[in-house]
Amino acid sequence: MDLMSLTAVELGQKIKNKEVTVKEAVEESLRRIESIEKDVNSFVTVDKEGALKQAEEIQKRIDSGELNGPLAGVPVAIKDNMCTEGLLTTCSSKILGNFVPTYTATAVEKLKEAGAVIIGKTNMDEFAMGSTSETSYFGATKNPWDLSRVPGGSSGGSAAAVSSEEVPYALGSDTGGSIRQPASFCGVTGIKPTYGRVSRYGLIAYGSSLDQIGPIAKDVRDCATILEIICQHDDKDSTSYKDAASDFTAALVDDVKGMKIGIPSDYLAEGIDPEVKDAVLAAAKVLEGKGAVVEEFSLGMVDYAIPAYYIIASAEASSNLERFDGVKYGYRTADYTDLHNMYKKTRSEGFGAEVKRRIMLGSFVLSSGYYDAYYVKALKTKALIKKAFDDAFAKYDVILGPVAPTTALKCGESLSDPIKMYLGDIYTVSVNLAGLPGISLPCGYDKNGLPIGLQLLGQTFDEKSILRAAYAYEQSRSYKRSPIAERGL
Amino acid sequence: MEKTYETVIGLEVHVELATKTKIFCGCSTEFGGEPNTHTCPVCTGMPGSLPVLNKAVLEKAVAVGLATNCNITRKGKFDRKNYFYPDNPQNYQISQLYFPICRDGKVEIDVDGEKKFVRIHEIHMEEDAGKLVHDSFTDTSLVDYNRSGVPLIEIVSEPDMRSADEVIAYLDKLRLIIQYLGASDCKLNEGSMRADVNLSIRKKGEEKFGTRTEMKNLNSFKAIARAIENERERQIDIIESGEKVIQETRRWDDEKGYSYAMRSKEDAQDYRYFPDPDLVPIIVDDEFLDTIKRRQPELRDEKRIRYRDEFNIPDYDIDIITNSKKMADIFEETIALGAEPKKVSNWLMVETMRLMKEHDRDADDLSFSAKNLATLIDMVDKKVINGSVAKEVFEKIFTEDIDPEKYVEENGLKTVNDEGALTKTIEEIVAANPKSVEDYKSGKEKAIGFLVGQTMKAMKGKADPGEVNRILKEILSK
Repeated sequence: MDLMSLTAVELGQKIKNKEVTVKEAVEESLRRIESIEKDVNSFVTVDKEGALKQAEEIQKRIDSGELNGPLAGVPVAIKDNMCTEGLLTTCSSKILGNFVPTYTATAVEKLKEAGAVIIGKTNMDEFAMGSTSETSYFGATKNPWDLSRVPGGSSGGSAAAVSSEEVPYALGSDTGGSIRQPASFCGVTGIKPTYGRVSRYGLIAYGSSLDQIGPIAKDVRDCATILEIICQHDDKDSTSYKDAASDFTAALVDDVKGMKIGIPSDYLAEGIDPEVKDAVLAAAKVLEGKGAVVEEFSLGMVDYAIPAYYIIASAEASSNLERFDGVKYGYRTADYTDLHNMYKKTRSEGFGAEVKRRIMLGSFVLSSGYYDAYYVKALKTKALIKKAFDDAFAKYDVILGPVAPTTALKCGESLSDPIKMYLGDIYTVSVNLAGLPGISLPCGYDKNGLPIGLQLLGQTFDEKSILRAAYAYEQSRSYKRSPIAERGL
Repeated sequence: MEKTYETVIGLEVHVELATKTKIFCGCSTEFGGEPNTHTCPVCTGMPGSLPVLNKAVLEKAVAVGLATNCNITRKGKFDRKNYFYPDNPQNYQISQLYFPICRDGKVEIDVDGEKKFVRIHEIHMEEDAGKLVHDSFTDTSLVDYNRSGVPLIEIVSEPDMRSADEVIAYLDKLRLIIQYLGASDCKLNEGSMRADVNLSIRKKGEEKFGTRTEMKNLNSFKAIARAIENERERQIDIIESGEKVIQETRRWDDEKGYSYAMRSKEDAQDYRYFPDPDLVPIIVDDEFLDTIKRRQPELRDEKRIRYRDEFNIPDYDIDIITNSKKMADIFEETIALGAEPKKVSNWLMVETMRLMKEHDRDADDLSFSAKNLATLIDMVDKKVINGSVAKEVFEKIFTEDIDPEKYVEENGLKTVNDEGALTKTIEEIVAANPKSVEDYKSGKEKAIGFLVGQTMKAMKGKADPGEVNRILKEILSK
């Protein structure tokens, strides 16, 4: 049986029913990784030995009845910016190329408690800075739908691993679209939860006020099921929401009658690929057909989202990444004359170009004399963006739009023009600035057969509305496997 | 010439707060310990770790703010101060720039009877750094993060002080307030209180401030006084020679008695302060504030007034006793155990002060228990021991906090109350010293002192001198 073609929940059920052992599931995942990795490069680290060992232990706990959750025994891949005790965690950077954490991130810990088997750590844009997964020190990840194209980013490894059926599900992180956009490019489903829903403890920070961990899987049910496991209040994260836990799967009903859905006309204006626009509007029609009330409206502030996002995220990143200095852990330059020289050489050699660009941008906007003009102004813009969404959610239950202006781009296209790459985040970054939950799910294919993503946004802590709308829409179509997934072994 | 200049001084005082755990993690703040044993992912700046504010730090900072008449910020924030140095594991220090917890306070100081207010600009909370250990033998530097994340408050004064005496009065005032609050032990020599002195000079009568320097590494009141004097003279010399004072940070070398420049304003770093996104706003609501207010202990000034009302002891004694929270505590506890205030005060003012000097100890280091002092006073009252034995026993209490009853018992120091034996000894002394007896009888009253002394000696000090006197007089009047 093609175990990795199952959803995580389906595989979990088979394990529970003793139709499949945990070991069989893990071995199948490892076999697929071995066969596919050379083409896709989803992983930085595959923990074959550890996974097989975990499989044995978890099987015992399932057999004894101690573990009976829906995902017990199901393999998972973790984005390489979440700390895993004893397992290399690199952020796809040379500077953390040898870093083995002494502790495990809370979200990963929750999965482990639920019986997940950690297969390995997925590739990403270095320190989650990028929209293509090409800035990784360990080489670019490729799109399972077309190996000449990017999988999106920064959680490109996690999205590609799910899309190519190396694992049934994965964790990603989303600072400006890093779960939703790769999910869209790879034809899978991903959720960025409300800021504060998932503990950030152990997530190596990029933009602390924007970062959020979330699931990437084949369907909406999987995502809701994973959320039920990872969304819990955590005393170790000051920004963790006190009522973080919720019964998300209760929202999975095929019923959107009377649901008010708004489409920002600003999202369908210039710059969007007509094929993407058509697919998104067609999806809106489906929901309308199911009884939702759909209308277009003007959201406003859209033009300000990208500059505000890049100022805030870069400012926070410039400070967050200061700790990588060659003193305590990670890479240290081979030869140096004194402390300052050691810092300079370590960081010059250890960070890639995009990371350096953002550190410099962030340091500049925080520097004396520019702080008010850039950083403070960006924070004010952030507040106005939040207000624009609040106004919209006074009228609508869910906001519907595209995830990205285009489908997956050719490899190498974006890096030559960073501004163009930044503009590709136009529909996703404002969601992080406003702290809202957003889901990305497939809604069609362009003329090249590349997946198109639909994005649904909800009010803060109202994941349930977007899960319900997404689930209802999903019932109108069937899951399409990527060519790499179909290729088999 | 010198007299035409006025010194203008403002202080930045760092105080280590006496919390059990660090400001942003659960690690112990205990001093010492093997390097890097009081550490965790948070205070060693591990990737992905996050700070969570220790509420006890906020409570203590607010308590200090209230006691120094500050306005408490109801919605505060923490900011990151970015700079690279290995003792700072994140390469940014979590501090407060934009919304410090306390603002606009003042404390009253008294220099030789002259009273004035020193205004407090702000008090903010921040984390301490680790410690670098330079090993010259292997030419390497090692870092110990046990101190990393220990909570500090920084108390920033306005430039309101004009002399070293005022500076010391201000520091002493802060020390007493903070010790009374139990917020810190405030020891300059151990670094739990550190003061940086900002100093400038100007011609008397001038309104505009001169260019200031900041002096660091001042580890005692004496060093502060010397550094202020030295810096004042240095700046006068510069101005008198027609040059300009450079705004810079200087380091005081107390051994050599001079300071040298560490860094000037030109190469001052841009700390790129911004609000720490990992920490939520610090909300001080009415309930929290009321709780802290209710918990505020009696401070020194209040205590002085109460002592004056309650205990019949001189103002001088009151000042000495309340100058240390520790001594005031012993004083009150001893009285609570039934001892007479005047007698307790005497023990503290005379014997305790003498022994402190002899053993080179601060009042804050007093380690004997009120219970043992109360017992001792009671034993003297009941004439179980005499005064000189009591002094001997008290020294043991002071140094080892011994139980006086047990000690007197074990060492056979009880006053001999056997009148027959005492009378017999006195008769022998009288018989052996006819010259003194003669002198006494011929009107030289002082001669009796010699006979008392001889008797005490014969009794190995264990007689009650009053009793000896009485019996002697009786015998001599026969």
